[in-house]
Amino acid sequence: MNKKVIVVGGGVSGMTAAGALSELGMEVVLLEKDDHTGGHAGNWDRLFPSRRPGKEVIDFIEKSMSSTVEIRCGSRVTSIDRNTEGFTVNLHNGDPLTAESVVIATGYELFDARKKEEYGYGIYDNVITSAELEAIFKEGRQLVTHNGKTPQRVGLIHCVGSRDEKVGNLYCSKVCCVTGVKQAIEIREMLPGCEVFSFYMDLRMYDRNFEELYYEAQQKWGVNFIRGRLSECAENPDHSLILKTEDTLTGRPLKMTVDLVVLLVGFVPRPETRIISDMLKLQTGSDGFLSPVDEHFKDNSTSVPGLFLAGAVKGPACIVNSIADARATAVQVKAYINGEMVKW
Amino acid sequence: MVKNFGYKILSDASIDFDRNDKRIADYLKAHEPSMNLCIGCGSCTATCSAGHFVDFNIRRIHTFIRRGETNQVKRDILKCMFCGKCQLVCPRGVNLRNVILTINRAIEQTG
Repeated sequence: MNKKVIVVGGGVSGMTAAGALSELGMEVVLLEKDDHTGGHAGNWDRLFPSRRPGKEVIDFIEKSMSSTVEIRCGSRVTSIDRNTEGFTVNLHNGDPLTAESVVIATGYELFDARKKEEYGYGIYDNVITSAELEAIFKEGRQLVTHNGKTPQRVGLIHCVGSRDEKVGNLYCSKVCCVTGVKQAIEIREMLPGCEVFSFYMDLRMYDRNFEELYYEAQQKWGVNFIRGRLSECAENPDHSLILKTEDTLTGRPLKMTVDLVVLLVGFVPRPETRIISDMLKLQTGSDGFLSPVDEHFKDNSTSVPGLFLAGAVKGPACIVNSIADARATAVQVKAYINGEMVKW
Repeated sequence: MVKNFGYKILSDASIDFDRNDKRIADYLKAHEPSMNLCIGCGSCTATCSAGHFVDFNIRRIHTFIRRGETNQVKRDILKCMFCGKCQLVCPRGVNLRNVILTINRAIEQTG
């Protein structure tokens, strides 16, 4: 029997699914458009809430699949055709591939902060994104303002590109709250003399040990939390920034000068997700992410037999959940290939 | 003679964090650091003995202090009766009675 599976996307979900599938006896090809696997998680220095090095997790997943999975980096999928034999996947380079089953694990993109023009990203020098801050941590660089000074006060802005009809995203990106708390702690850790202010609407500390991290940020690190969505950011002649918000807990408008602003950017669907859904007539939600057939019981399946979904292509997800989801997908794929009915 | 049209210049009603006097906040932070644990739930205000009869909102007062908005607070803080119910209900374990005592002490010291 043909046991070939193609996994599209070499991030946490795709790599995990590929590794699990090969362990279950499948012949797996992993396609990645970049020149290396690892996805977004590979750019992250430490992971919430434990602050375990991201590299440790990526290395573990890579080791679980590298000797058994055929990894093709630098391969872009141009089309996926469902035929009587199974699937044909066409690439921008090289011959078409065939498989019995395909797993879509193409993940997400980070929100383009320039779309929130009033926050000044791409206009003011001292406005950066959470991904850029993480790169500073990962490269072991010192956090400084654009002109090389140690910041005395940093503002972290939650929900940038999330829960905001004005940018077309009503949904919550789930992971930015705890990322903001983690990064606030890390700024205080690196620069004990720097005050950190987090501007939030709600702090959604939904998972295990998240609330404890929030408590630690307040108790041990003295991070200041101000409830209110940033209305605008304006630049002073010295390139520091004035933040304007409502301090909703006092019910008064508030303004404050900070030396550096960090925007906690949310998740958005990749443009390719739209192409895939159009090509295969898959369901998407109002958020633009792909929807499984049944959110409870067929949460990795699509309307196309043999085509499965894994990870953040279905919407914002943290690494822990992406790994669990990808493993569940692998089991479903194996059952499909073996012709077993999964009743649960 | 200039005619008086009745116009006047209003002062800025927003919280100006940079200019505000944060001496009480700093004193409080040093002497009762548990105040930073507040999550603004309002349990303290909901149970407050004084707040049920007079205009006294301990949750807001303590937030104002942290923002350096102290003028009105100096008057309001005297309404507390030290019954301690706020502290019994606080989900974050803020030592609220000592927060108020410390605010009073800071007001005495800063004038």
